[in-house]
Amino acid sequence: MTTTLYTTDHEWLAIDGDVATVGITDYAQQQLGDVVFVELPKVGRALKKAEAAAVVESVKAASDVYAPVTGEVLETNAELAAEPALVNSDAQGKAWFFKIKIADKSELGGLMDDAAYKAHTA
Amino acid sequence: MLARDDQDSLKRTPLHGLHVSLGGKMVPFAGYDMPVQYPAGVLKEHLHTRTKAGLFDVSHMGQIALRPKSGKVEDAARALERLVPQDIVAIAAGRQRYAQFTNDEGGILDDLMVANFGDHLFLVVNAACKDADEAHLRANLSEDCIIDSLADRALIALQGPKAESALAKLCAAAPSMKFMDSGPHEVAGLACFVSRSGYTGEDGFEISVPAADAERLAKTLLDNPDVMPIGLGARDSLRLEAGLCLYGHDIDTATTPVEAALEWSVQKSRRSGGARAAGFPGAEKVLAHFDKGASRRRVGLLALGRAPVREGALLFADSAGGEAIGQVTSGGFGPSLNAPVAMGYVPTSASALGTQLFAEVRGQRLPLQVAAMPFVKNTYKR
Repeated sequence: MTTTLYTTDHEWLAIDGDVATVGITDYAQQQLGDVVFVELPKVGRALKKAEAAAVVESVKAASDVYAPVTGEVLETNAELAAEPALVNSDAQGKAWFFKIKIADKSELGGLMDDAAYKAHTA
Repeated sequence: MLARDDQDSLKRTPLHGLHVSLGGKMVPFAGYDMPVQYPAGVLKEHLHTRTKAGLFDVSHMGQIALRPKSGKVEDAARALERLVPQDIVAIAAGRQRYAQFTNDEGGILDDLMVANFGDHLFLVVNAACKDADEAHLRANLSEDCIIDSLADRALIALQGPKAESALAKLCAAAPSMKFMDSGPHEVAGLACFVSRSGYTGEDGFEISVPAADAERLAKTLLDNPDVMPIGLGARDSLRLEAGLCLYGHDIDTATTPVEAALEWSVQKSRRSGGARAAGFPGAEKVLAHFDKGASRRRVGLLALGRAPVREGALLFADSAGGEAIGQVTSGGFGPSLNAPVAMGYVPTSASALGTQLFAEVRGQRLPLQVAAMPFVKNTYKR
């Protein structure tokens, strides 16, 4: 059973046990426009909450993707690196960025659930 | 985010309502509320312009008529030559030429188009510079010319391989025009100025139309299924692939035309030994750059990887260590090239085609190569 939570910076996290799969929301990809490049963190990198973890670039601009929680990067999405446009076609599915081992589950308390995120972007 | 009063103070072009109704995403640009893209998005808009035709609202740009008090256009041309390093006298009636206003240090105050309309000159200048340009013209040319700001006109660019057929339906003269032809023509029965030019590297036209008729003309052009509205985002990626300078970024008051690799735009008659050599602001410096070379030069840069290298990135000779030798002035992703493209300034010694350089992006040195511009072959109808 996974739970999906959201940050105010428009990342989503699908939480399964102590592992979170992280990506950017459909709302974020709409704001960015056509994505042409993503830069993913190295596997094994220790990320602190709110640290710049990945980069997503549209034709016009580069944006940071922040670590929503503190933890170690377990895996990155090679398919996304090869096909950045997946962010536009399937932001909250195939276009996940990385998986992170959640160091401190209490950090999840500050994140939004689906209803709260919908209200945040309304 | 913009404060509310900033948004309210933005100017609107005569096509503002059309942009909003077409779903344009409006952003502030040079004091105007302009569409950065429409629902199709920058990528599709860019590619559509290269394969069919794109319609751009460039009404924010300044349109100025220089009317000679003597009645002889050559007198206006001679007067304007006091402010630009170009040969204006040699522009034949019905033709236009790319030019730059220079300052006393040989830097560029603005770049512009100058057309000879037979009895006067017609200038198109950048939006951000237009008030300063007009003041500059008034301060320097008022003895010889009436400087007539044509603020009641909109400007529509129609660019791409289908631009000719789209415009031909409304303007019989369009197909016979050649690149850089310019003059008054009727378009859909309206009194327009039409030039065969643009800023995308594609064949196309710029149409100056009375503001009151602009929306009607734009809608008529957009009724053609080949024509799609294009925002500022794709306008920038198109001009970047075409290797064309964006004022305030790739050229400014600190770059001379020679440093900017715009030698081609300065005719021999204005260079050392020419019939009307010098006689423009900063001529000493600009001509010294022609005669002895400049120490730095604008070059095209192709990244070897996939990461876009953007404006401001520092350039290095080596993959590690050393001081920066230059800086990227425009950069992004080129949709037609399907690769990152950039331009920037480097020491002349590092400006040869194929020179390997490194750009610092997020703390990493990414390899790139000095490359020929335009990055995408232009399709001007000469």
